Amino acid sequence: MKKLVFILLAGLSLGACSNMGVEPWERQNLAKPEMALDSSPLRSSLDDHIYFSKEASSGGRSFGGGGCGCN
Amino acid sequence: MKTHSKKSIRLSLAAASCALVGANVAVAENAHDVGDWDVSAALLFYNEADRVTAAEPVIKAVKQLDTDETLSLKLTLDTLTGASGSGAVPTDRPQTYTTPSGNSSYTVNAGDIPLDESFKDTRVALNAAWERPISKDLTMVLGGNLSSEYDYQSLSANTSFAWDTNGGNTTWMAGASAGVDSIDPVGGKPIAFGVMQEADATQPRDGSNDTKSLFDVIVGVTQVIDQNSLFQLNYSLSQSSGYLTDPYKIISVVDPVTGRPLFTNINEPNLPTVVYENRPDSRLKHSIFGQYKRYIGGDVLDTSYRLMVDDWGITSHTIDLRYRWKMGDTLYIEPHVRVYQQSAADFYTPFFVDGTQPVAGNDKVEASADYRLGEFNGYTFGAELGQDTADNSWSVALEYYLQTGNEPDGTFGELTRQELYPDVDAVMLRVVYDF
Repeated sequence: MKKLVFILLAGLSLGACSNMGVEPWERQNLAKPEMALDSSPLRSSLDDHIYFSKEASSGGRSFGGGGCGCN
Repeated sequence: MKTHSKKSIRLSLAAASCALVGANVAVAENAHDVGDWDVSAALLFYNEADRVTAAEPVIKAVKQLDTDETLSLKLTLDTLTGASGSGAVPTDRPQTYTTPSGNSSYTVNAGDIPLDESFKDTRVALNAAWERPISKDLTMVLGGNLSSEYDYQSLSANTSFAWDTNGGNTTWMAGASAGVDSIDPVGGKPIAFGVMQEADATQPRDGSNDTKSLFDVIVGVTQVIDQNSLFQLNYSLSQSSGYLTDPYKIISVVDPVTGRPLFTNINEPNLPTVVYENRPDSRLKHSIFGQYKRYIGGDVLDTSYRLMVDDWGITSHTIDLRYRWKMGDTLYIEPHVRVYQQSAADFYTPFFVDGTQPVAGNDKVEASADYRLGEFNGYTFGAELGQDTADNSWSVALEYYLQTGNEPDGTFGELTRQELYPDVDAVMLRVVYDF
């Protein structure tokens, strides 16, 4: 139930997204490589592999991973 | 370099959803010629005190097939020495265990947590991703992953779509991934709760190999908030089924009075009574991931949170904070803190009191003493130093990782004098170079 409420709230708050945003000529900062959501995919994949093999959680940002015995 | 970074970023799912957010302005300035290859490489050293040591080189190449179309190939080599804890408990005398092959044994000292230091593995992984526009506002990524190690093979394919709306300020993303893994344990697949026998004796085995399948779906949205900030919110569902047991993990059987492992093997008096674990044959995970990034006068604040719940009874929270502090025109330093907390799986069983262990072959019961399924907190502290120039970029990061959990409930006798859930700490050194 709590999950459902959370998802609904998230959906509602996204409805407000139409009021956010900028014009194309206002994106010089957002366009910088360091502002990409995953600004270093190689770093992310190395980190994800470490944590995948050491913890019981994975994914979230992207697919959950796998492909490792990780004993 | 800016284009290099951006191009490789766009191949990840997350960035596919953000492509337009970052792309329009930068592409005009840094257009990449069709036919060009963009190559980057990374090397990770991971070292746990007395346990696992790993070295992981990665090379990645991205070919610009067309103006908005790329092919990305990544090759990873993972060399590993040492294993995580076997699941067995330490005690006040030496213990001798049989290796998975059944042909040899190793001995751990009194008071030491049992683990097989002779464990070695090499893993090779190949990832490919093809990104292309379907229409003006819709981008598709097709990907494939292949990995192989001595006792484990994995194959998966994925696809995802990113749809830009609201003048490129809102990007919707959806993707799916399907895979199959094949497990071929050294020495064969143990029988659930079968008792480990001495070296060269017949071990309790149930065939030689097994498989598991994985299916993931993810949906998300990326939203530009203002000129300096944006956020992403993802929901993902991950279903795995098949052989999810770790064939090398065992559970000690302890005496109900003394709390010491039983030693009943006539041929190997130092071999304690340990049984092989058994996990459920399916797992369903739900994750919610949120990320917020803000540009602050040349610096970048990057925060994220992930909630994961699954039907094994595990709930985890992950908070990740980075602050990229610009030093001069090209150099930066980025401190990083990550905090992770998980609850234990319902079937986490650090030991069996003699008489409570299931009979060999009873796969209706689920139990594992793998500490990674226990309740613990993980902390990462580190910093990355890097430089981005017009021609290339590099970064070096040093991080410290600590896993710490409480001693399990229900201990007695010798178990209370031993450290059943010792801290695990590791040092990581990571170098990334973008040619």
